[in-house]
Amino acid sequence: MRRLIARRLLFGLLTLFLVSVVIFAATEILPGNAARAVLGRDATQAALTAMEKKLHLDRPLTTQYALWLGGVLTGNPGTSLVNGENVMAEVMPRVKNSLTLLVLAGVFGLPLSVLAGILAASRPGGVFDNGVSVTALGLAATPEFVVGLLTIIVFATSVFRWLPPVSLVAPGSSVFARPEILVLPVLTLVLVIFPYLFRMIRGSMVEILQSDYVEMARLKGVSSTRIIFVHALPNAVAPSIQVMALTFAYLAGGVVLVEYVFAYPGIGQSLVYAIFARDVPVIQFEVVLLSAFYVGLNILADVATVLVTPKLRAGAWQTP
Amino acid sequence: MSRPLSGVVARMLRLRSGGVGLVLVLVVVLTAFVGPFVAPHSSTAFVGMAFAHPSPRYPFGTDVLGRDTLSRVLSGGWRILVMSMVATVLGVSTGAMFGITAGYSKGVTDDAIMRTADVLMAFPQLILALLFISLIGPKLWLVTVLVGAIHAPQVARVFRGATLRVAAEDFVRHAESLGIATWRIVLREILPNVTTPLMVELGLRLAYSVTLIAGLSFLGFGVQPPTADWGSMINENRIGLMASPWPVLIPILLIALMTIGMNLLTDDLARLMQGRGRRADTAPLDDAPSAAGPEMMVTGGALR
Repeated sequence: MRRLIARRLLFGLLTLFLVSVVIFAATEILPGNAARAVLGRDATQAALTAMEKKLHLDRPLTTQYALWLGGVLTGNPGTSLVNGENVMAEVMPRVKNSLTLLVLAGVFGLPLSVLAGILAASRPGGVFDNGVSVTALGLAATPEFVVGLLTIIVFATSVFRWLPPVSLVAPGSSVFARPEILVLPVLTLVLVIFPYLFRMIRGSMVEILQSDYVEMARLKGVSSTRIIFVHALPNAVAPSIQVMALTFAYLAGGVVLVEYVFAYPGIGQSLVYAIFARDVPVIQFEVVLLSAFYVGLNILADVATVLVTPKLRAGAWQTP
Repeated sequence: MSRPLSGVVARMLRLRSGGVGLVLVLVVVLTAFVGPFVAPHSSTAFVGMAFAHPSPRYPFGTDVLGRDTLSRVLSGGWRILVMSMVATVLGVSTGAMFGITAGYSKGVTDDAIMRTADVLMAFPQLILALLFISLIGPKLWLVTVLVGAIHAPQVARVFRGATLRVAAEDFVRHAESLGIATWRIVLREILPNVTTPLMVELGLRLAYSVTLIAGLSFLGFGVQPPTADWGSMINENRIGLMASPWPVLIPILLIALMTIGMNLLTDDLARLMQGRGRRADTAPLDDAPSAAGPEMMVTGGALR
């Protein structure tokens, strides 16, 4: 089992390394000199040369890559081309804001989907099951930015006017200063992750509730609450851990769109603006961070699978 | 919950979901492709005040610059759909080619192809697509190719699994023992037996392509203004949501109807082909890798 996990970690690190090479190579090889981008079109040759030296553009590409990677790893990914601020200082508050969204989405989304899954599985084919299953199917097929915009139209602008339609935050202040701005982005993310988790829990619960050991417990006279929460649920949650991790990994991309919909000051919105401004150091660093998040959760999903699958725990798995 | 209510729900569910899906898809496709010819006004002409309310002359009101919302909706769909179709065909054919090659050749070729697919799938694809678009610019061909590239490794995995199963069949073994050329076996024996995953992948991938391309266009990385486009319409008109929801609501509804309809249709098609197919265990997606991302789980069969 250790070897499996170690191999998986190694594969993850290798992937991250490749991602960093791709990001660096793509941003460096393509036309457009960073020094000229900083100084503008009218820059003198002397100023350009000086700036190139400052940005290490006069060194060979491999040295530039090593310097950049070293900077990223030591928490010094350079300065923004747009406002000359330290990229780290720019990006970190936004990372915190995005994580706030994801954590809240998890805190509300996980129990909700598990509960709905249990209720649906306890009477498969019943009204509740059919209703929620159809809703989940529709939600799963709807793009996340459409879900976000629909919540705005329903709860903020056109049907009700209960909540702010955009999550504007004064620079430097916390998103918790106005907690109401969090409601719609979190609701959107909950609606995005709900269908996958719900279906996973429902599916495994239906199967488990038909199993012999549950039948046995029933015959023994164990209460149905106890059967569901003590006997069945732990076995249904174990296989769902992988789906949970993958769903959150998927949000590495989804959060870009959702934050953009609400103008929420997170890393996703910042990435879109950096792309418009061609702020290469910011783009590079944010893509690295989002990739690390994605790769990390994928590893977590696989490790969780190894841990909850007895056959794999014994180390009988072949392909990574 | 009373009995009659549950009876109504049950009757509604007995409606074939594929039929509903087909109708939804047809509505959107017709709107997109016939729309440009029947639009009452020019999609770029200024006809009135910004965000005017619906009126008999302008049934969905006007947009941020005072253009007719209905005309822009009718003219703004075909590019997204054409790009999605091209990206889907590109991604599925590339993926199928590599997947079948990997599954039938086994050994080193298989390893080389599938390990590459693993690495590609370990990348956060949307983020990397954004990176390339930021460097090269929001070119429509680039968006189409990138979306196709996102599909290819995931499709390859599905086809490798399907091919492995078919390749173990007696009729393939027989053809091999007769010394028939490999390309002939692939074309005449393997390909006809992986049509179920082919149809399912084409359907699901089309829905996913629309999601991605409309999303990128919403972010500003697709069709550029002033050309009408469902994705960019959403973006340019959302500042006026308080005044008039229509210029945003109609495009997002059309996008959602397309993706939901395509999913329903594919789901039902997969079930039909599975029931009729010669082998139950060439079922589509039964080896859909979890790493392919949550969108793969769309065919969960919730309407079964």
